[in-house]
Amino acid sequence: MKGLWGAVRPHAVRLVVAALAGVAAEVCGLALVATAAWLIARASQRPELAVLSVAIVAVRGFALAKGSLRYAERLAGHDATLRALAELRGRVFDALAARRRPEPGLRDGAGLRDGGALTRMVSDVEAVQDLLLRCVLPGVAAVVCGVVGVAVCGLVAPGAAVVLAVGVLVAGPVLAVAAAGAAGRVSARVAAGREELAVRALDVLEGAADLKVFGADGRFAAAAGEAAAGLRRAERAAARVSALVAGAGVAVQGCVVAAVVWAALRGGADQVGAAVAGLSALVAVESVLPLAAAAQRLREVRPAVRRVESVLAAPPAPRAVRPVAVPRGPLAVELLGVRVSYAGGGRAALDGVDLRVERGRRVAVVGASGAGKSTLLAAVAGEVAPAAGAVLIGGHDPSAYGAGDGRGAGDAGGAVRGLMQDAHVFAGSVRANLLLARPDASEGELEAAARRARFLEVVEALPGGWDTPVGTGGHGLSGGQRQRLLLARALLADPPVLVLDEPAEALDPVTADAVTRDLLAAPGGGTLLLVTHRLAALGAADEVVVMDRGRVVQRGRHDELVAVPGPYRDLWDAELLAA
Amino acid sequence: MERRLLGLVPRRVLAGLGVLAAGQGVLLVVAAGLLARGVAGLDAGLLPWLVAAVAGRAVLAWVSSLVAGRAAAGVKEGLREALLAGGAVDAGARVTLLTRGLDAVDPFFTGYVPQLLAACVVPPLVVARLVAADWASAVVVLVTLPLVPVFGALVGLRTAALTGRQWASLHRLGGHFRDVVAGLSTLRAFGRTGHQSRVVRALAEEHRRATTGALRVAFLSSLVLELVCALSVALVAVPVGLRLLEGGMVLSTGLLVLVLTPEAYLPLRALGARFHASAEGVAAAQEAFAVLDAPPERPAGRVVVGEGVPEIVLDRVTVRYPGAERAALEEVSLRIGAGERVAVTGPSGAGKSTLLLVVAGLVAPVSGRVLVDGVDLAELDPVAWRRRLGWVPQRPHLFAASVADNIRLGDPSAGRDRVVEAARAAVADGFVAAMPRGYATVLGEGGAGVSAGQRQRLAVARAYLAGGPVMLLDEPTARLDVASERALVQGAARLLEGRTALVVAHRPALLSLADRVVRLRDGRLSEPAGRAGVVEEGRAA
Repeated sequence: MKGLWGAVRPHAVRLVVAALAGVAAEVCGLALVATAAWLIARASQRPELAVLSVAIVAVRGFALAKGSLRYAERLAGHDATLRALAELRGRVFDALAARRRPEPGLRDGAGLRDGGALTRMVSDVEAVQDLLLRCVLPGVAAVVCGVVGVAVCGLVAPGAAVVLAVGVLVAGPVLAVAAAGAAGRVSARVAAGREELAVRALDVLEGAADLKVFGADGRFAAAAGEAAAGLRRAERAAARVSALVAGAGVAVQGCVVAAVVWAALRGGADQVGAAVAGLSALVAVESVLPLAAAAQRLREVRPAVRRVESVLAAPPAPRAVRPVAVPRGPLAVELLGVRVSYAGGGRAALDGVDLRVERGRRVAVVGASGAGKSTLLAAVAGEVAPAAGAVLIGGHDPSAYGAGDGRGAGDAGGAVRGLMQDAHVFAGSVRANLLLARPDASEGELEAAARRARFLEVVEALPGGWDTPVGTGGHGLSGGQRQRLLLARALLADPPVLVLDEPAEALDPVTADAVTRDLLAAPGGGTLLLVTHRLAALGAADEVVVMDRGRVVQRGRHDELVAVPGPYRDLWDAELLAA
Repeated sequence: MERRLLGLVPRRVLAGLGVLAAGQGVLLVVAAGLLARGVAGLDAGLLPWLVAAVAGRAVLAWVSSLVAGRAAAGVKEGLREALLAGGAVDAGARVTLLTRGLDAVDPFFTGYVPQLLAACVVPPLVVARLVAADWASAVVVLVTLPLVPVFGALVGLRTAALTGRQWASLHRLGGHFRDVVAGLSTLRAFGRTGHQSRVVRALAEEHRRATTGALRVAFLSSLVLELVCALSVALVAVPVGLRLLEGGMVLSTGLLVLVLTPEAYLPLRALGARFHASAEGVAAAQEAFAVLDAPPERPAGRVVVGEGVPEIVLDRVTVRYPGAERAALEEVSLRIGAGERVAVTGPSGAGKSTLLLVVAGLVAPVSGRVLVDGVDLAELDPVAWRRRLGWVPQRPHLFAASVADNIRLGDPSAGRDRVVEAARAAVADGFVAAMPRGYATVLGEGGAGVSAGQRQRLAVARAYLAGGPVMLLDEPTARLDVASERALVQGAARLLEGRTALVVAHRPALLSLADRVVRLRDGRLSEPAGRAGVVEEGRAA
């Protein structure tokens, strides 16, 4: 719990205040009923009115305090929890950002392909909110109120207090642990049933066409129906457990009250003692019953909390001791026997690649899907670490230029920038999305980059121009518009080494070829590595590198490669055919 | 919407839940009376009766919860079966709705519905008992009780308007973390993680401030309800105490009033919370109903024609997908002779895959006909027609089953030899044998762990084993590596032998297998027959 506690600790005082308010609200509820019981029972003994006056005021006071304190508790609890959550989000983000290289054997393959694991982390962090708001705070209030109930009972009927203590233990911790245990078993069954249905349903829905053509739709629908029925059986078992918990709660509460009154009467209590003991017992047991729900919730959020813990606990990636200053001009790129394999991915994605690109050269990388083109770019960018061999940018390891997140030293560093396959459009204005690449870029530079990417015409057509919100919840961009935005951003960065993964994807062929030719032919700028699947414009490239199954199989200029039989010629013929 | 969801539960179940709620209410009143008399009379002899009443109430609570839980499971299964039967555009979203999404229905049936019944039944019972016991207290309860729903509704309306306005900005702030985590690698690529680390904290802090502001108002409704309930206990208890002091009341009545008063408010207060908890489930059900309300497919034909290798003629076929601007196929006419192999080429989006779907009977043309040996496809029994088809789609679906079962999809009774033979023909035998458990290897969800080329060759094997006289083959657009492509072409060559075939091809290797090549562009066939209609041409031949 160390990592989590670190985020919560700065707000511990607020959490304690919220917990105290919650405890006070519960205790006021108990005091309200106990005082009212005392008032009524004592009044029936016909004392002087003065004896009752304090109780009369107290009853009203407790009633007002209970409601107000409950309000204060909920507000303070949410406030403190959200504060802790803000800190936790920051810490989790830092930890994720530092975890840049995939470690072989890591189960979620925390490298290029961990989109699912990353987004799960977002909901895992939300689960911490439940941990605090729905487990810890109500748990503390319930336990304290139970103890206070026993104490009140002890004041008027000591014998009954022992009975109530046992009753509170049974209704609280014992019932909670038993319920959580039983619910855990059935919820595992429900989860398994849900998983089974998900697999069968995906087959039926996604493979609908295949199943119809091969006449297997009836068979698979029956299997999915079977899975649905299995899930229903598991859900009914879960319903039986929660019904049992509900019934047990009612039974325990009533029996404890009866037992407490019986013990009070045996102990020689009068009406006042019996009434106060009995009604305190009623409220005390009622206040600890929610422990069962809290325990169940705790069980549900535990895996998520563990995942957050493990992210926070992971050691950060090593940083360059003394970062090398990034020069302004282009840099040479060199790969020496580079091998990259993804966890559980079978064949190596890069299988011993040797490649030297002189500074300022424009190189196109082509090949079949899965040939290793994107991994090559990722290795050059330092996003993946080679299992063997080395990548050198201007003679240094890519990470030698600083992690690029120079905390405290401003955001500088990193010699390789560009447009990668999983590039993201952030929720924000078009301008903010571009300035991400170079926060200090001038208006002119912004427009120049946009013009080269054919993005300027898109911006001018947008309802708010440069200030149009895009990304989640913003103005929807078509595939082609989005691609042009991403390319403009990469061009604005203007790094010593520019890597572009399918920059013209989702554009119509004519525009795509024009953009690609432009990128390869324009003067100035850094060394360029460009992955593409269209070859028409590659005459403009200084060199074309053909990859197949993780290896470089051909190199040369477009004209030379087209002239000889081989993989590039095959690709070229195929493209001519589809044109 | 709630009414329709409620309608899915049998009436007698609802009636049963109502009776159970009433029973619990009666036993609650009885138990309160026994407790009050036991304490007032210092009479331990009544306590066993109290235990009996409580036990009875516990049993009723148990049965009620059981009935509600079973009803929820039953309703969910019914909805699931209906959702499985209806087609889905986005299979992933549908699977989520089928599993986690529908779980949100639980709070509606196990929480809201029983609480609604309790709120209808219990307060009148309690008030009736109070009237019998003590008029004055009953009047206090009767006057304040309506305040709960009235205040609840008033504050609820006010906060709904307020929080509705804040919701959008809250949502934006809350979504920022998801956004930057999703774009983490982009931030790294531009060296902006350090900056965003500060922004994450700042926006989370802003989110907290806005949320707390909204909650300050939203929690007002529960504050008001809490105060009404707590104060009415005080309002009842103090006069009762004073009347006891004057001797105008006996203690057992006073205690009864004290125990029963909170019970009158409890179901109404709980109902509000249950209602909020069930809102998500109602939304999920709404989504499910929208799917169920989709118009039914048109009835299938019943004609069965002979086996053999057929001739297929497309006669001015036009296909338009719902919501699409342009027709996917526009007046396409094409004659494929018996045993002829026709290749289709053209740029992506030209309608090539749609052409195959039309012949497979998976997409119905809006106008024009497909004739199989002269019989309109719409009149053919689809099951009998598809039995004569082999189909290799561009991205075949591999099922969560063994490799062997995936290959024998069309004929589950096929033995191992036939499976291996089909795999050999598709040049798939090599990589299947290399899998951890060979043909018995179970593929992951959606065929995970198999490359695009392997997937395609398994589909060729599947079509080969099904062995129909008509073959529809859609070449993958994803570039296969050189070795995979060669193997695929080799397998396809065997598959097409002696069959009527329509092949979508992107590359020269596969084209060489065809007797004739036609081109599609923007949904129109450009050669060889154009718009003249091949039907006439076919008749003349």
